Amino acid sequence: MGFGALFMLAFSGAIAVIYATAVAGTERLPSRWDTALLRFYMISMAALSWLTTLSGAYVIYPWYRAVPPAGTTDLSGYPRRLLLSSPLTSGWHELGMEWKEHIAWFTPIAMTMVAYVFIKYGPRLALHRQMRAAVLAFTAVAFFATAVSGLIGAFLNKNAPVRGGAEIILYQAK
Amino acid sequence: MTEQPELESLPNGPGAAAILAAGIGSLALGILAFAGDAVHFLGRLLSFWPPSGALSGVTTLAIVVWLAAWYLLGRRWAAREVAIGWINLASFAMLVVALLLTFPPFMDRLQGK
Repeated sequence: MGFGALFMLAFSGAIAVIYATAVAGTERLPSRWDTALLRFYMISMAALSWLTTLSGAYVIYPWYRAVPPAGTTDLSGYPRRLLLSSPLTSGWHELGMEWKEHIAWFTPIAMTMVAYVFIKYGPRLALHRQMRAAVLAFTAVAFFATAVSGLIGAFLNKNAPVRGGAEIILYQAK
Repeated sequence: MTEQPELESLPNGPGAAAILAAGIGSLALGILAFAGDAVHFLGRLLSFWPPSGALSGVTTLAIVVWLAAWYLLGRRWAAREVAIGWINLASFAMLVVALLLTFPPFMDRLQGK
């Protein structure tokens, strides 16, 4: 969730970076320092998108899918089963989680491509208008996918919080 | 920003390869997600890592398809100019189909549920 939030914060910056670099064109080139910084920004976005999806699929999702032992009546530690136990909340799993678990993966694929094209072409994107359009469109789709995923995640967490496997105590009152 | 000499031009092939591969990878993700949901046997087969279920196989295979497509297209188009308008169109079409295939109400309708 933390990676996802950082990623969402960085999105508008990424769109601005791509657009500004392409609009500036090849006549006014950024300095070496600016180029390095912009590349670092795009690589960081791609890396954050991978960290978000990988941690979601391989750390959080198994906790969400945990199967309770037979006879368990308190399902609060088993979010998927808790949601499915009532027709009033089952939609959060059947529509929410089933959409979220897949749509999130469009983002790292799109952002890795965007980072590659940006680094490869840089200011030359001004000469490749259709490529720039594709890069901006994929960035927009990645934003949409992340927003859907994050929003559903927040609602799911309201209805059936994922508490994790082993108990982690950050603070305990005396 | 500082004034510098103009950059040498680059063919659009490498960028087009990356864009088309992203479309292909996305479509692979959509098809595998749909197949895993529609066919229980496939769903079990795609469960590469049981704690994450079919999602582990769906995403692993989609990434393999995406990277393989990128590698092959990248090699083929490394120094070429290609018709990027059509490539953009094909990539977006694949992306839209993929988004639909991962949307549960659409998945269910296709399966006649």
